[in-house]
Amino acid sequence: MTEPSTIARDLDPAALKALFDRVPYAKFIGLKLELKGDELTAILPYQDSLIGNPMLPALHGGVVAALMELTAVAQITLSQPVGPDGALKVPKTIDVSIDYLRSGRPVDTFARAHVTKLGRRIANVRVEAWQGNRADPIAALHGHFLIPQDDPLG
Amino acid sequence: MAGNAAMMIQATPHAQALGMRVLAIEEARCVADIPWRADLVGDPDTGVIASGAVTTLLDNSCGVAAFAALSAPTSTATLDLRIDYMRPARPGAAVRADARCYKLTRSVAFVRAFAFDSDDESDPVAAAQATFMLGAGKAGQNRKPRG
Repeated sequence: MTEPSTIARDLDPAALKALFDRVPYAKFIGLKLELKGDELTAILPYQDSLIGNPMLPALHGGVVAALMELTAVAQITLSQPVGPDGALKVPKTIDVSIDYLRSGRPVDTFARAHVTKLGRRIANVRVEAWQGNRADPIAALHGHFLIPQDDPLG
Repeated sequence: MAGNAAMMIQATPHAQALGMRVLAIEEARCVADIPWRADLVGDPDTGVIASGAVTTLLDNSCGVAAFAALSAPTSTATLDLRIDYMRPARPGAAVRADARCYKLTRSVAFVRAFAFDSDDESDPVAAAQATFMLGAGKAGQNRKPRG
């Protein structure tokens, strides 16, 4: 069996942004990606439609989870060799586990992911989301993601 | 708390934005769905709804199920949420979550939920396990004012 014919090379940030620009849900929540070198920051600009608890007010826990999951997907995509045709390999979520550390205030939220292990088929990822102070995260995620295989027989 | 629980979705801007609907609320149980919509798609090549939208549906349904288990209104805060995505939801189909609060202690509610894209409950799209802290609102919110 031969290794997949992928050529590791620097990912074009524009390609990753273009990939996420095509995702209607990412647009729906207003997700933005900022890429500096291989450091990716996802930004969820505040909008009233993201509120889950109008009494506090606080962001919806589900949308904070979604932000962190999309950050993980983007970071794994970034961590992988690009195929010879330049196509990006987008992982599928298997499971995510989220700790809610404090309620999300009605301001912009940021997230960064760390790929703890990138295996041939599975990636283990940790993500933190924060608002004002990065050292004081509002939520953390760890999850498992399935890497798409080049071999159609899997 | 069932009547108040229904309000928890109607008064939630992000649930409204997703088009979430309450289908049934009973003691310690909430059934809610999100009809498929083009702007909620996560994979533009297949039209499958984004996992983030399913996560929000499960999170919200679990919270309402916890609230519907309470004998008196108490603030709830999600401590932890675990979601397993078993398969993609069928494009075009509504995703329905069925959440049950199976254990309530003085300070914690334990909830399980499944998400389906058809009436066939043997083939769920996703599963969730959540814990909620009770009486976790603003400091002192649940205390009597000092006289």
